[in-house]
Amino acid sequence: MGTTAMTLLAGLGVLALVSGVLVFTLNSMARVTFSLLAALVCVGGVTAVLGLPYLGVVIVLMMVMEMVIMAVFMIAYMMNPAGLMPMSMLHNKRGALAVSGVVFAALVAGILLAPWPDRTGARPKDTTFQVGMALMGEQMLTMVTLGFVLLATMVGATVLATRRGRYDRLGDDLDRRPADDPVRGGVGR
Amino acid sequence: MTFELLLVLAAGLFCTGLFGALSQQSIVMIMMGIELMIGGIIAAAAVFWHFLAPARGSGQVVIVAAVVAMAVEMAMGFAVTTALYRARQVDMTDMAEDLKG
Amino acid sequence: MSEAGEWWTPLAAPGLLLVLAVLATTGNAVLDARSAGRPVTLATAVRPLLGVPRVLAAQPRRLPTPDVLLWRAGAVTVPVAAVLSTLVIPVGSHAAADLSVGVVWFNAMEVLTWAGLWLAGWGPDSVFSLIGGYRFLALGLAYELPLMFALISTATGAQSLRVNDIADAQHGLWYAVWMPVAFVVYLAGVLAFSFLGPFAYPAGRDLAGGVLAEASGVDRLLLQAGRWLWLASGAAMAVPLFLGGGAGPGLPGWVWSLVKTLLVLGLLVWVMRRVPVARADRYVEFAWVVLIPLTIAQTLVPALVVLAR
Repeated sequence: MGTTAMTLLAGLGVLALVSGVLVFTLNSMARVTFSLLAALVCVGGVTAVLGLPYLGVVIVLMMVMEMVIMAVFMIAYMMNPAGLMPMSMLHNKRGALAVSGVVFAALVAGILLAPWPDRTGARPKDTTFQVGMALMGEQMLTMVTLGFVLLATMVGATVLATRRGRYDRLGDDLDRRPADDPVRGGVGR
Repeated sequence: MTFELLLVLAAGLFCTGLFGALSQQSIVMIMMGIELMIGGIIAAAAVFWHFLAPARGSGQVVIVAAVVAMAVEMAMGFAVTTALYRARQVDMTDMAEDLKG
Repeated sequence: MSEAGEWWTPLAAPGLLLVLAVLATTGNAVLDARSAGRPVTLATAVRPLLGVPRVLAAQPRRLPTPDVLLWRAGAVTVPVAAVLSTLVIPVGSHAAADLSVGVVWFNAMEVLTWAGLWLAGWGPDSVFSLIGGYRFLALGLAYELPLMFALISTATGAQSLRVNDIADAQHGLWYAVWMPVAFVVYLAGVLAFSFLGPFAYPAGRDLAGGVLAEASGVDRLLLQAGRWLWLASGAAMAVPLFLGGGAGPGLPGWVWSLVKTLLVLGLLVWVMRRVPVARADRYVEFAWVVLIPLTIAQTLVPALVVLAR
């Protein structure tokens, strides 16, 4: 790796850790959400610098969308979204600190002590092509499973989150036209 | 040494997220902790791919799976929060303790 | 024939983008004057530019509890993302940074506008601004997926995410011709992410300006400039994606790129003035029920063509 890449990795890494800590120390929910976004965008940057530009940029793209949607829910459900009245929303802080501290120490010990193998093989020229071939070839089953998981999530999340079903819209015999909607949609269903 | 330092970064992100997930009361904040933990996993997978086995695509597939896990976690988390909130105006885990099984 | 950019191209791209954006604003002002029956002179054309010193010299508006940090971040993000998106757009066949994942890069920069506009709405701690920010998210959920499928159609047709490869893959038969749905959806997406014309909903007059309601001074200038920069950037990206890039008879590639960009930009400005503002709750249903299935079917077409080739 060249000097530029090393500098980038160091900068992104420090920024990711700092904003990761800020997520649980700031008061304003909007700032919390966007520091989490900063941390995850830095993770995307690290991924891109390590030679996976496609996955890196996709992570950035996805995290921006996800965090902005998250900000909406965050502000909808928190009683103090702007952090104008700072208060503690923690429970069992000491226990949580101890558990995460022990896990971190164990992980670092493992990282430093494990006999890591040497690098095998060379990096392909086009890593985007590599992930595509992996997903559509030897890891096809993983891809199919992920697809089904996502489909199940879409159906499940919609079922959980909607209050009104088709009987509320269209009446008991499903024959009410136009449908009884609080807000009419754009295609006149 | 870069390899180890980058793994320590991933471990740091994971443990910061773990602390948040364990200590926060609000469901939405717990989900942020989990997101941060998965972020650490993504970083670790990218590091392993780059430094240990760049010739195989499996390392990249782990990242794809982690990103999907993130999306699923967020969608289901908000759906459950919405359902819970609609049923009894609750958004904190301590107030939904009777759901403990 | 993808070539690496010269050292000055990173500077040339923002400059060119700025010129295009200024042309679009002045064109819009001229059309405004014409439809209002005022005489069209040089003064009408430069009138929007006079707004720049006026906004900078005006007394900044003070609010009781703004989140200044996030507000600034949002206002800066919109134009900066527009400029960064042009890194991958080739003029002729020269791009400032010809990334192997150019299409995804463009899309990611465009999504940054979501964060920027929501922050610009949140920052001032004012109802109208915040509703404006939320409106853009609702609009974003509607326009983003069809736009992504439109981008995917072109990448599938060229079997590459590199913008130059997509432009080269069209040899004579433009993607706009055999992927018309993707082209139209892409143009609608351009208007949506520059929140202009039919998609001016987040900054609507019914909201006293929405995300722009409380912005003054440099913030206002950045947000307004961001809109037109995005319009110019989207128009420039349409050329390599759908209109064959710099390919054309006689003239050098960069001239053709500029001519096509100007035509697309003119079309967008004209359309944006003709179509009324769409409400997000209406557009979102239209997008999910009509546009997403259409664009998925559109993506299938290049996939089958590539398979059969």
